[in-house]
Amino acid sequence: MGEKVAIIGLGQTDHKYIRPDIDHEELINQAVRLALEDADLTIRDIDAVIMDNMDLFEGHYLADAMSVDGAGMYMKQGLKINTGGTSGASAVAAGWHHVASGLFKKVLVVGWQKQDAAPSIAALVTAREPFYDRGMAAGAVGIFATMGLRYMQESGCGEEPAALARVIMADNARRNPHAHLKLNLTVDEVLKSRVLVWPVRLLHMSPTSCGACALVLGDEASARRSPKRPVWIKDSVTAHREQSVWRGGCVEPIPTTTALEVAAAKLYKRNGITNPARDIDLWELYTPSSWALFSWMELYSICDKGQAWRLVEKEAIRIEGEIPIEPSGGVVSTNPIGASGVIRVAEAALQLRGEAGERQVTKKAETAVAAAWGACHWIVNFLLSRNA
Amino acid sequence: MGRRVGVVAVAQTRYEASKPAQHLQDLAFEPVQEIVEETGLRFTEDGGGIDATISCSQDIWDGWTISSKNVIDGAGGHLRPEEKVAGDGAYALYYATVCVMSGHYDCILVVAHTKESQVDGRLIENFGLEPMYTRMLGLDYTCCAALQARQYMHRYAISEEQCAQVVVKNLGNAVHNPKAQAFGFVSVSDVLSSPMLCDPIRVLEAKPPSDGACAVIVATEEKARRWTRRPVWVEGLGCCYDRHYPGYRDLSDPVSLREAAKRAYSMAGISDPRREFDLVELSEYYAYQELLWCEGLGLCERGQGGRLLESGATRLFGDIPVNPSGGLLSGVPVNVAGLNRAAEAVIQLRGEAGKRQVDGARRAVVHGTAGACGQMHCVIALTVD
Repeated sequence: MGEKVAIIGLGQTDHKYIRPDIDHEELINQAVRLALEDADLTIRDIDAVIMDNMDLFEGHYLADAMSVDGAGMYMKQGLKINTGGTSGASAVAAGWHHVASGLFKKVLVVGWQKQDAAPSIAALVTAREPFYDRGMAAGAVGIFATMGLRYMQESGCGEEPAALARVIMADNARRNPHAHLKLNLTVDEVLKSRVLVWPVRLLHMSPTSCGACALVLGDEASARRSPKRPVWIKDSVTAHREQSVWRGGCVEPIPTTTALEVAAAKLYKRNGITNPARDIDLWELYTPSSWALFSWMELYSICDKGQAWRLVEKEAIRIEGEIPIEPSGGVVSTNPIGASGVIRVAEAALQLRGEAGERQVTKKAETAVAAAWGACHWIVNFLLSRNA
Repeated sequence: MGRRVGVVAVAQTRYEASKPAQHLQDLAFEPVQEIVEETGLRFTEDGGGIDATISCSQDIWDGWTISSKNVIDGAGGHLRPEEKVAGDGAYALYYATVCVMSGHYDCILVVAHTKESQVDGRLIENFGLEPMYTRMLGLDYTCCAALQARQYMHRYAISEEQCAQVVVKNLGNAVHNPKAQAFGFVSVSDVLSSPMLCDPIRVLEAKPPSDGACAVIVATEEKARRWTRRPVWVEGLGCCYDRHYPGYRDLSDPVSLREAAKRAYSMAGISDPRREFDLVELSEYYAYQELLWCEGLGLCERGQGGRLLESGATRLFGDIPVNPSGGLLSGVPVNVAGLNRAAEAVIQLRGEAGKRQVDGARRAVVHGTAGACGQMHCVIALTVD
């Protein structure tokens, strides 16, 4: 393996539904300045900038080219990464590769989305294969509806635990000053919200947000000089999956083997993790819907199959709980897509630093898993630690 | 410094104006299938084959958000690592090299694809300009390039004939390139009588729209030596962003190219590029750019691109052949362009370029660019033992 890599600076904007007050470069610039300030560096100290953004959502081509001033990329090395919902985490992985190569000492990673610029659902429907799948005009809701329905059938879970999961995320988000939706919800209110595709209700789905998040990654020497406690990237695993798996003449609606399982198993095996619920102190997963949370918990082996909803019922996933999941309020509260993956890593790093303020988990946090999910069950996950 | 990285193999489709019979997936799969069959490498987990895939394409060109979705099935992304660079293909090779140097992967398949035939490229280029102040002017990259061409020609007294000679040279070289879309023996007057696209750029002086795909496999030194008899080494790389707004830039001075080249050359230990390189494969989307990029790459003094060409040095049998493959003027899709440049240089360094072979080629410089008027550049130096 190459050089050790640490997160030495982080910053994010406040995430909102619309930002008519600023353009995309100003949005990016806010996050970049905060991250540099956090690392006590200036843009001159940065060797390369990695950017990510789902540019078709805003109708851009080469979104990095038009963001050079905002991101401080002028005369810098760098490139743009774009892998869907996983984009932000793929960009962090790119930063990790860059620093580990020994060619770069400090790399800035910035992810952003300004979804008030265009209706992103119009771009999202083009995520499907044009000949066979696109006619469904499927966005994200249908995926979670089939996922939720199947979960209910197989585990005996009803609508209430999913509603409770949403309430917990809202409670977490109210303690996060950057979160987009800071709702004060009850289970009853979630159960009464409008059905999009049953069992997915409006409140079960992530919002469309504007926001940016930046990280400064550094090598060991930079980390030692960093004013804040460095958080180390111990490992990262990416796994993607074919869009459509044909089974007996029709598209398999829900994959039986998902990239999440494969990637989680690989991460655990490489790092000697045998009991994830015990060995990992907190989780910043990427669950764009309450219904995804149950699946993710089981695919990450946090609990046995069919048991996730019982853990949620016991409220073990709360900030004060045994297994804190998404103490930030998660993607279901805040989703500036290109930034969401970077935010997962930044939030987990804040927790490991012990600087998460009101949303700081109660238990002692030494290791965390941060992940981003996208497209059709793709995943990029990170193992983070306080110790080098 | 990290590990030494070698190119194991390259494969390309034929470049054509339109490939209506091929779905995007089929198009990207063609070079992947060829490269996998040629090397015998498989997508494995045990380090005995390809560890990861880096694809290169653009959502907006594919009309498909998350455009890597359509290549992962065919390029080994199923339940395995795949990452997508949304930029020029040279950046994908640069990134793959960085990934191997990091020690996180040993062997990476890079694949780039684009079908320019199924979209209006001028509209997309307009979306490549910043939305508040520049986009509504209605510019596309050809309009921007015309401004750059005029400034460059005016400042350094570059003549229309010199630009036209680039086309004559490159299309002539492309005659010997079996993958080329456009080729032929044309004269300066043929070029200067072709229809005007955007003054001073004429139809034959612009890269024609093209469909195609290209794949490259890179690996650690040890594996590259095991898997090919003729590994080509990546000895230097660098990239750089310039400002976005064309009005903020001195368009006749490609500062970001000079900086990218400086980084690549210092890593490779090159002090005199004109003497030390045996050939150049650069990304001239328009004829004048070959002259300007030669200056940026340090092959001649600033303003001397035209004289360099006229001296005959950049011809196939000159002392520093530029684009012996025929260059982008012979038709290579955007996004694929930089990776195709690298593939052509690898073919040359292996001595497999047939009639377009540069004698005794041991060291090559590869260049990719993206953005209006070459806003960002990536330079890669390649060599053989």
